[in-house]
This record gives sequence, C-alpha cells and structure tokens, in this order.
Amino acid sequence: MTTILSDLGIESVLPEIVLACGAMFLLVVGAVSRSVITNTVSYAAVLLLLLTFFLTVSLDWSTAVTMNGFFVMDRFAGVVKSLILLAMAVVLLLSTGYMKRERITAHEYPVLLLLAALGMMIMVSANDLMSLYIGLELQSLSLYVLAAIRRNSLKSAEAGIKYFILGALSSGMVLFGSSIIYGFSGTTNFAGIAQALAYLPQVHLGVSLGFVFLLAGLAFKISAVPFHMWTPDVYEGAPMSVTALFAIVPKLAAAALLMRIFYEPFAELEPVWGQIMWGLAAASMIVGALAGLGQTNIKRLLAYSSIGNMGYAMIGLIAGGADGAGATLYYFIIYMVMTAATFGVLMSLRRDGTALEEIEHMEGLSKTHPVTAYVMAALMFSMSGIPPLAGFFGKLFIFQTAIESGLIVLAVLGVVSSVVAAYYYLRIIKVMFFDDAVESLEHEPNVPRDAVILVSMAAVLGLVIMPEPLLNVARAASSVLF
Amino acid sequence: MHFLTLAGILFTLGVFGIFLNRKNVIIILMSIELMLLAVNINFVAFSAYLDDLSGQVFSMFILTVAAAEAAIGLAILVTFFRIRGSIAVDDIANMKG
Repeated sequence: MTTILSDLGIESVLPEIVLACGAMFLLVVGAVSRSVITNTVSYAAVLLLLLTFFLTVSLDWSTAVTMNGFFVMDRFAGVVKSLILLAMAVVLLLSTGYMKRERITAHEYPVLLLLAALGMMIMVSANDLMSLYIGLELQSLSLYVLAAIRRNSLKSAEAGIKYFILGALSSGMVLFGSSIIYGFSGTTNFAGIAQALAYLPQVHLGVSLGFVFLLAGLAFKISAVPFHMWTPDVYEGAPMSVTALFAIVPKLAAAALLMRIFYEPFAELEPVWGQIMWGLAAASMIVGALAGLGQTNIKRLLAYSSIGNMGYAMIGLIAGGADGAGATLYYFIIYMVMTAATFGVLMSLRRDGTALEEIEHMEGLSKTHPVTAYVMAALMFSMSGIPPLAGFFGKLFIFQTAIESGLIVLAVLGVVSSVVAAYYYLRIIKVMFFDDAVESLEHEPNVPRDAVILVSMAAVLGLVIMPEPLLNVARAASSVLF
Repeated sequence: MHFLTLAGILFTLGVFGIFLNRKNVIIILMSIELMLLAVNINFVAFSAYLDDLSGQVFSMFILTVAAAEAAIGLAILVTFFRIRGSIAVDDIANMKG
C-alpha cells in the first residue's frame, strides 16, 4: 500500500485518502442498514478520526509538495491537522448523547462531520487556489447541512438558510478574488504567485484587488467583524452539538489557511493585509466584547465570545514571525480546549426535558449540582483570562508578541475589550452561584461527554503548571512558514 | 478587457441581487449562481489571454461545486418551506439580537 503511494509520490496524502474512503463507506453502511445505527456509525467515525490522526502523526513532516503542486505537507500542516482531527473526535464524543436525547437520529450527522474534517485538512494543506477552493467548499457545504440538521425545527432551518446564503456569497468573493489573482499573476499555484509577486512592483493594484476579495471571503469563515452577521443566528439556530462544532473546529482551519497564504504566496503584500487584518482584529475584539453584554441566550453569548476570541487570535497573525504565528496557534489550542469543555457542560444540563438555552436558566446551579457549577466557573474564569488559568497564558503570549512587534494600540484595545468581556463571563458565574433556583436543572451524566470535560479541565489546569512545551510545539510548527 | 467588464457587471448584479431582493429566496439562489458564472467568464477569459489551461480547469471545478451548492441550497430551502410554509425573505427573520 505505502509503496504504491510512494511510487506515485502521494504518500503524504494518505490520511486524507483514508478519511475520504472511510467517510463514504460509513455513508453507505448507514444508508443500507435497515435499523437506525447512528450510534454505531458515530463510534466508527470516532475510530476513523483517531486512525487518521495516527496516520497523520506517523507521517514524515518535512516539507513535501505533491499532486502537481496542489498539496503541501509540512510541520505546520501536520500539527494543525492533528488538532483538527482530535477536535472532531471530541465533538463527536460530546454530541452522541445529546443527539440521541434530542432525537436527531440521522446517520448522516457523523458522516458530514467526517467530510467537513476532510475539507479542513485539504484547506490546511492547500498549495494552490484550486485546492484551497475545493477544501473550503467541501468544508462549508458539510457545515451548511449540519446547521439545518434538525429538520423539524424552524430555527435550525433558518440557521441553515442564513449560513448557506452568506457562505455562498463569501465563496463567490473568494472565487472572484482568485480569478483576478490568476489573471494578473498567470498561475494559481502558491509558489508561482509568490514568484510573480516578486517581479511585480511592491503593491500591484490588480493583484491587491483580487487579494482583498479573497481576504473578505475568508474573513466570513473566521467570522471577523464586519463579516460576522451570520455567527449569532447560526449559533443560536443550530443544535447545541453543531454549535459546539462551529465554535471549536472550522475557525482553526480557516485561520491556518490565512496564515499560509499570508506568509507564503502573499508575503509581498504585507502592507495590504497587515492593515486590513489590523482593522478586522480591532473591530472583532470591540464588537465581540460590547455586543455580548446584552445577550440572554447562552449560544448567542458564546457566538460573540468566539468573535472576540478571533480578534485576539488575529493579533498574533498580524505580528507574524514564528513567535506571533506560534502565539496564535497556541491561543487556538487553549480556546478549543476551553470551548469543548464549556459546551460539554452546557449539553449535560437540561430543564423541563429540553436543552438549556437561556443564561437565566442556570440559576442556582451551585446548590443543585455543585461540581458542574465549579467546573463551569473555572472555565468562565479561564475564558475571561483571569490568571493563573490557561486562558490567561493564551492572551499573555498574544499581547507579548503584539508589544514586541510594535502593535501597541491593538494590545491596549485587546486588554480593554477583554476586561469588558469579562463582565459577561462573570455574569454566568453570578447567575450560577448567587441567584436562587426557580426550577431545578437536571444534570444528565454521559460517559464520553464527562470524559471529555474531565480531560479538558485537566488540560486547562495542567497548562498552568507548564505552558512552555505546548508553546514550543506551536512555535516550531509555525516556523516552517517563514 | 470587455470580458472582464462583463464579468464584473454580472458579479456586481449577483451581489446586489442577494442584498436588495426582499421577495423570494429562489432569487437569492439565482444571484449566487450568477456570481459563480461571472467568475467562470473571468477565468476563461484570463485563460485564453494567458494561453494557460489551468483557468479552464478551475472553471470546470467551479461548475461542479456550483451544482452541489445549488442542490444543498434547495434542499435546505425545502425543509424550511415544510415548516414555515413560505420562502419569502422577510419570513427568514425569527432570530434577532
């Protein structure tokens, strides 16, 4: 098997091939079986993701370009793909119990998750505008369907339509930008674009125009303000487990894609993207902090929280260099761990037999379920960046690199907006600990979900003692981009 | 050059079709399709001008993905219509804030 692949020169694509074949196989298995076997398919999908993870880890991570320059495998892609696969497995483990409880029994759910993971892996390894587009679309199309997967809910269908329309618009912008870049540089290959840009004058108007379109399209995908309109509605309308997926994984893939195109093909356009990203980061942090203040729905609140967090993550991206990009990657890892645990806790709480939606419904949680309340409190402290929890180190490294590379204004804005955002995290703690319960919440134990929460909490606390090893991994991964 | 102008106009029409239309979601789907086809014109024009095939390969990819995208858009629209009984743009506004 591997010899055939290495004869073809595509052994670094093996994880993607395995994931694609496995996903299609599971789709067929789900379709032909008479009884509903969603749970079996889900656990098989988790195993498939773990298998792909081990294949990715066991690959040679030295830089290799294959598939006629469409696909690149390097240390950065390796680390980000491993993270994506692990996060996807975590999301699946979190959601099995929840989906069963909410009676969403479509076996397509795990399969769509696998296809979205495949799309993200292609995005991360894209080395050509074509593979960028295909990966992006595979990911987005799977996510549109996932948002609308609860077919008997008006909100879910509406979330699907909104996400679809705005997502298709952003894909159109990515494409229009790609076509202009192709026209002016004469190639769609990243290495070729970098070469062409080196010949052209410093900021070539035509290529810059195309690049701005491309950037606007990708800003939709990481929900950077002012391209964030879809985020709160989609987060609110989709089932909680799908919201968890949206919050945890796709933004990492899109941010990794942005890093690759900023530092490799479009490094010459640094004056252009530096300014644009500066504006996006500042606006995202401010809007994420201010718009979250008035929210009553916990999913909408987490949507604004994720918008704000994208703003912080972008600061490291602008700072650039192995330190800046490493800080961004590190920030993403911590954010993913915290978000996974937060959604795990939220999914385990129910009231009157329906899933938790409103923040007020968490009233008096500390009296009825003290352990859950303390876990949630620790997560909220960590999210708001209160030392010594993991979230604090994420922000610390980001602001450090910002100050080192002279982005003082952004660093100040970041600190101010994280203080403002702390209000809404602390409000959740206040509701849990100091308000009286009107109606008691039910806590539903579920082994895989509780295991995920436990491991994530261990990580949040463990990173306090030694943040360095993970940071070094993130820095080493990002250093290959420069 | 004329091809680029044409593609630019079509693309702009598509974008405005999404934002200005207050009636029907099907029109939005048509606008999305218009945008993608405008991009195709761009790619094919550049491909002919540069005497390089990859632009045409790209437009084949876009055609394929556009078909999948239209299918998914219509499928989501059908589930919405089943619940709401309408596909008017103004009815897709139950969530605000």
